[in-house]
Parts: sequence; C-alpha cells; structure tokens
Amino acid sequence: MMHDLPILDELRLRFGKDSAQIEETRDDIPTISTNKASVLPLLRFLKEDTDQPYRMLFDMTAIDERNRTTRPMDASNEFTAVYTLFSFDRNQDLRVKVPLASDDLLLPSITSIWPSANWYEREIWDMFGIRFNGHPYLRRLLMPKSWEGHPLRKDHPARATEMTPYELEEEDEQTEQDLLKFSPEEWGMQRTHDQVEYMFLNLGPAHTGTHGILRLVVQLAGEQIVDIVPDIGFHHRAAEKMGERQTWHTYIPYTDRIDYLGGVMNELPYLLAVERLAGIRVPARAQVIRVMLAELFRIASHLVWYGTFAQDVGQLSPVFYMFTDRERVFHIIEAITGGRMHPGWFRIGGVAHDLPQGWEHLVREFLEYLPPRLNEYDDLVLGNRIFQARTKGVGRYTTQEAMDWGVTGPGLRATGFSWDFRKTQPYSGYEQFDFEVPTATNGDCYDRGLVRVEEMRQSLRIIEQCLNQMPEGPTKADHALTTPPDKARTLHDIETLIQHFLAVSWGPRIPAGEVMAKVEATKGCNAYYLISDGAPWPYRVRIRTPSFPHIQMVPSISKGHLLSDLLAILGSVDFVLADVDR
Amino acid sequence: MNELVLIVLLLGSLFTISALLIWVERRLLGHWQERYGPNRVGPGGILQSAADAIKLLAKEDWTPPFADKPVFVLAPAVVVSAVLLSFAVVPFTPSLIVADLNIGLLFVFALSSLSAYSIVLAGWASNSKYALIGGLRGSAQMFSYEVFMGLSVMGVVMLAGSFRLRDIVEAQQDLWFCIPQMIGAGIFFIAALAETHRLPFDIPEAEAELVAGYHTEYSGMKFGMFFLGEYLGIVLMSSLTVILFLGGWQGPWLPPLVWFWLKTFMVIMVFFLIRATLPRPRFDQLITFGWTVLLPASLLNLLVTAIIILTNGHDAL
Repeated sequence: MMHDLPILDELRLRFGKDSAQIEETRDDIPTISTNKASVLPLLRFLKEDTDQPYRMLFDMTAIDERNRTTRPMDASNEFTAVYTLFSFDRNQDLRVKVPLASDDLLLPSITSIWPSANWYEREIWDMFGIRFNGHPYLRRLLMPKSWEGHPLRKDHPARATEMTPYELEEEDEQTEQDLLKFSPEEWGMQRTHDQVEYMFLNLGPAHTGTHGILRLVVQLAGEQIVDIVPDIGFHHRAAEKMGERQTWHTYIPYTDRIDYLGGVMNELPYLLAVERLAGIRVPARAQVIRVMLAELFRIASHLVWYGTFAQDVGQLSPVFYMFTDRERVFHIIEAITGGRMHPGWFRIGGVAHDLPQGWEHLVREFLEYLPPRLNEYDDLVLGNRIFQARTKGVGRYTTQEAMDWGVTGPGLRATGFSWDFRKTQPYSGYEQFDFEVPTATNGDCYDRGLVRVEEMRQSLRIIEQCLNQMPEGPTKADHALTTPPDKARTLHDIETLIQHFLAVSWGPRIPAGEVMAKVEATKGCNAYYLISDGAPWPYRVRIRTPSFPHIQMVPSISKGHLLSDLLAILGSVDFVLADVDR
Repeated sequence: MNELVLIVLLLGSLFTISALLIWVERRLLGHWQERYGPNRVGPGGILQSAADAIKLLAKEDWTPPFADKPVFVLAPAVVVSAVLLSFAVVPFTPSLIVADLNIGLLFVFALSSLSAYSIVLAGWASNSKYALIGGLRGSAQMFSYEVFMGLSVMGVVMLAGSFRLRDIVEAQQDLWFCIPQMIGAGIFFIAALAETHRLPFDIPEAEAELVAGYHTEYSGMKFGMFFLGEYLGIVLMSSLTVILFLGGWQGPWLPPLVWFWLKTFMVIMVFFLIRATLPRPRFDQLITFGWTVLLPASLLNLLVTAIIILTNGHDAL
C-alpha cells in the first residue's frame, strides 16, 4: 500500500530509482533508502520544493547494524543514518535512511536545511562517531568531552562492570574541570564588539532558574542577551543504551523516568510501538484506563509547569497551590497504580491491574475540585498585570520557526497552529473522545501558558468521559506475547510451565521489525522508534523527546531580550532535563 | 545616662522584633500558601529565628578568596548600622525618642541612601558576576526610588511645616496625612518596598535568575547581617509610614506606644501580604514605572499641595 504514495513516485522520478529505494517496515511510515550523494538535495527537495512539503525534521538518529541478524538480504552496511521527516499538510511521516560503511562514516550536514539538525548531528557524532561535513561545530553533546568511544556502538560496553573501575584522580579532576571551562573563541564568539565588553555568565548546571541540571552560557551586553550556548548532557543516563540490554518488559519503568513529570505518559508510546511489532490489540477497557491515567499525568505535569513558571517570574505562592493540587492527582494515581510519579503500570497488551473499587468516587471528586481552582489561578497568575508585562511579547516565534526547530505540543499550538496528535493521528482510542485543541495567536511566553492552562481543562473533559463511559471487559489482551503471561494458562503441564517460566524470566520475543509510535505527551510529541531483532530485548531503542528540540531553540528566541526574560522563556518552554538528555 | 539606657533598650527590642518578624512572616506565608511554615522550634516555632541565628553564628566565617576582603566585610555592617542609626530619630511616643532632631526626616533619608551603598559594595567586593549584576540593579533601583520617596513626603513636610518627625505626628492631631496626602502615601509605600528590596522589588536578589544577587557569595553571620538589615528596614519603613501618614502614636484609649506598634505591625503585614501575592517586574519595567509614573505623580502631588496651602493657608487642610 505504501508503494503507491505519490511522494515516492515523485522522488523516484526526480532522483532515480537507486536514490530512493523503498524499504518495508512494520509501521505505516513510508521508508526510503538513499545514498550519501543524494541525501542533501533529496531532503532539501522534500522540505522546500515539493507540494505539501515535509516541513519538520521530526527526528534524526543512527543505527549500528553490525550485530543485527534479521535484515533484508542485500543489506551489508555497518551503520545507517535515519532521518524522520514530518509533513503537516499530508499528516504523514517519511523515513529516509542512508547506509554507511564503517570505514567511511561521513555525511553532509543538513543544518543549512533545518537549524534543529544541529544537535541531532552532534548527538549522532557523540553516540556513533558519524561525522557531518559542514557542521558549524561538531563536538560531543551528551557525553563529557573527555569520553573515549561512542556509546551507542554495539562494541561499546553497556554496563559499568564491563569496564575498568572508575577512579577520579586529583589531576584528572583538574583536567575535567578545565574541559568544562567556557571559551568564547571555541564557539566563534567575540569577547568585545564596538567597545562593548561582553560578560559571559555561566547559568548552571546547578542554578535555581534552570529547573534541573542545564548549563547555559549567556553572552551579555549589560543585561541584554547577545547569544546563548546551552550545555546539556548532565542528566544523561544512557536510556537508549539501557534499552538494548533490558527485556521488552523490564524496560517499561525506565521510560517513566524519561520525562519524569509525565509518568505513564512515557510508557504509552513505547508500548504502542511494542504492541505494533507484536501485533497485539489492546482491549477497550485497557485503552480507556490508559487514556485516563495519561490525562491525569498531563494535568500533574502542567500543574508543575504552572507553579514553577509563576515562580520564575517571581510569584512566590502559586507553586504551593499547584503542588497541593498535584498531590490530589497523585492520590488518585496511587490508589489505582500503587505508585506516584513513576508507576511503571502499563503492560505489554494492557495494564497491570483492573481499577480498584471506588475509583469513580476519587476521580469524580477531583473533577469537581480542580475547575474552580483553575479559575482562581487565572486571576492570580494569568490575569496579573505584572505577570502579563513579564510574559507578553517575550520569546516569540512563528509557526514557521516552530516547524523549523521541531517544536511540537503546546509550544506549536501557541503560535496559532492547531495540531494535536491525539486528533490528527489518534491512538489508544482518542478518536472516541470529545475535546478541543486549544490554540493561541502570538506564540509568546504568555500564549504558551494560556494554551497549557486550557489543555488542563480539556484533559478534565477527557477524564470525565473516561469516568462516564468506562467500558467493561478485560484489562489485558489475550495474546501470547503480553507481559506478565496469563497465569490461568500455566501449571497445567510441563509445556505450559516452561512457557510461563520463559515468558517471565526472559520475557517475550517480539517479532523482528521496525516501528515508530508517537503520542502527544505533556511537553510535545514523544516518539519511540524500536528495532527488534526477534530477541527478548530490543536491538535499538530510539527515544525522540519533545524537550530536546525545544531547549535547542531557546538561544534563538532569547536573543535581544534581557536576562530576566530568559527565565520567563525557560519557564514557558516547559522542559524536563531528563527528557532532553535521556 | 538616661539616653544610653534607652539606646540599649531600643537596640535589644529592635533585634528581637526583627527576629520575631522573620518567624511571623514565615508562618504567615505558610498559612497563605497551604502549608505549615516553621512550627518545630519552641511553641509554634517561635524560636526558629534563634535557632537560625545560632546556626549562622556557628558557621565558618568564610570570605571567598577572590573577594575584596575589607569591603566584603564592611558591606553587611553598613546596612545594619545605617538602619539602626535611623531609628535614633523615630518618635515611638512623644517622649520615647533618642534624638529629636529638627532635620529628622532628612537624617533618615541620608542614612537610607547610605544603606544603598552596602548593596553596591557587596556586589562589587564579591567579585562574582551574579553579585555584580545584583549590585548594579540594586544601586539603580535604590537611587531612582529614593528620588520619589523624598518627593512623596514633601507634601507632608509642607503640611506639617517641619522636618522634625515629632512635629509631623503632632500635626496629624485632627486628620491623618494619609487622607490629604493619599497619592503621597501610595508613592511612599511603593518606594518603601523598593528601598527594602522586598518582592515585587527584590530585583537585586531575584533568586530565579541571579541566585541571590548581591549577597550570593555571603554566608554565615555576614549573610545574617543582610538578612537582619532587610527586616530592620521593613520595621523602619513601616514606622515611617505610620509616622508620616497614619498619625504615629496617636489614637484613643490605648497608650501611645501600643498604638504605634499596632499600626506599624499592620503596615508590616501589608509588606508580607504583597510578598505572597505579586510577581516580580523586570528591572527595566520597574525603573520605567518609577520615572514615568511615580515621578510625575509625586511632582503633581507636590504642586497641588503647594497651591492649596498658598491659596488657603495652613489651616485649610
């Protein structure tokens, strides 16, 4: 079916059959394989020249193919670079793959087409050692400068026990510290200009206003921001590498901690991808339970954002009110899942348990409690004149810029562009729910706030529908590959016992293939690109997080503003550092 | 001798009051913010400030190696001594006053300008970028707001015909100046917030962006001095508000001293409530607001007051 897509014909016609070979994947995303020479013109064509262009570089990553056993017959390349593009006009992704040989890991940089490619290319260099010709400053992004090797390569150890014990001698400590020193010249920045001497202010990695371990080196003329160099990676925990050594089932709790405010929201795209690979259909009740919990977490995450945003512009009290409200969300989540921030509660094929008795009462109570509080916050925060003076017209960007930088979620909708993956590419039964997609017009800090506040109200609507229309039925699919395996089918004879034992100790073997699944997460679009080799664990886990492109955009929207505005911008962007660094 | 006793008593009570204020504010903030606040040390947590003071005193008295040591040590002392000296001219009752200067009000303003130096010096001597930005912001803010503060009380001086604070209070026998000098009182209060650099005017500290602003590098009791200075400043500014606009010690039935402190505490509560409510404007917005709104308003207030006094004589109001 995907062979008939007009864009593929167009590409074959324009770039020749060899430059746009179609590849089969398990998801519906059209995938083409091209070569190094054509990649730059091909991508430029897709973004700029074709009708209904692919405006957004949705994700960019690489695969170390050297240990992969289940590949198409003729493929022999050691590495593959993968570009995932997204067209809003077509509502369609397009995956472009470029095979690379290990003795020639060089690609042309596409930073001239998408500014957001900058960090993606640096990450790929960092993780795989693939170089990009024409990149303005290709250096490590997530790993420390002194790191040896490229961690996502298959020959790089995945566990500390595979490496020599780590010791930090005094002189090494000094070297590490020296490596962290900022040198403006290294980034092509001037120390003085027109008799103005710039100040380079080191904001972070431990700073009250950065919401986590983020380091921003701010070039200041007086208090005016000339440029910013973000330094990320302090929160890097190798989540993608860990995916390659955890079983399909035991990786679920790791996902919770990617966007640590999103809880089960993170599990959803991972499981959607796994279930797609395994061919599991999740029963209706489990879908609705998943939606309800995901929306509860959206509210919890937005409440944290709301309070800290107000605090970033100097309002002391709101953060306490909102954390109190969030506590009520956690009360419900705790009653249902037993956990709070990171329940790890969704399972392959459904959820861990059915809902507890009396859950309706808890949820209904919350549905009555929050709306009046939200109205009060409107007066307290959004309606406050000083708050408006601090946030209106600050950190503005247009829809076009948002697409160029890979911005999704509330940050995109605040520019006036109504795009919500729950509506446009419904998953987990979102098409059955009645809710609106709030937008704003100016794309400034205030509008981003406005959109999120309205989103909380819409989430309440969705939860109310979940409450009133919760279907009856099983909470887990009747399928051999679900986890944990069905207890009722075990302990009958030695065969069922062995099956059960293997399914618990090793976990299911998910059929080979590639799948990407995305959801409208709390911060924007979160996607998991999974490659299975038919093993009990993934071959490659790629996590596309919304915070990564969002934080990359901060310097471009902060230029010319004052230092105080930077904090308002950071607050309004709503990122989580664990979501940036993974 | 008598005066010496008075001074010692005054110092003792002022330190106690500002230490208690810290606890009161934290408890009130807790109450307004749906949490407890400090409630563990002593009954209801009342000894919290004492515990904090002991902790600060017991800390290592550390000066960063990159700081300009003499100035670094001097800066926190400046703010506390300037504020404490100001209290010398404050009439708590008709008789309870250390020095009844005939330039009382000018004396207070002179000292409050001096305390602005502590911010500048602290910011400069710390030799740290955050402190420097905080110090620069602080100096710009305090120097601008001093102008409006001075202008806003000139109406009061005209009405009372004296700079002596006791005369000003006595001139409010029939009518508190907050009625005829409504605009002046408003501007004075805003300027007082800025002078004490409390939220929403805590721009020199602005913890979200500048970590702790001018006192980023301070620790131990040197930091404690800044902290104490801030709360002493609140007491001073509230006392001045009471003296200039709310009739000072005057009031029926209760003794003058009780009236004075009752009114002062009311004003202090407003300080706290504002801190719990408002966000922080941006530095440039604050300065623009000062020069484009407060300055014309205070000049206009002055002009109208002068015209009324000139046409109707002093007794008109």
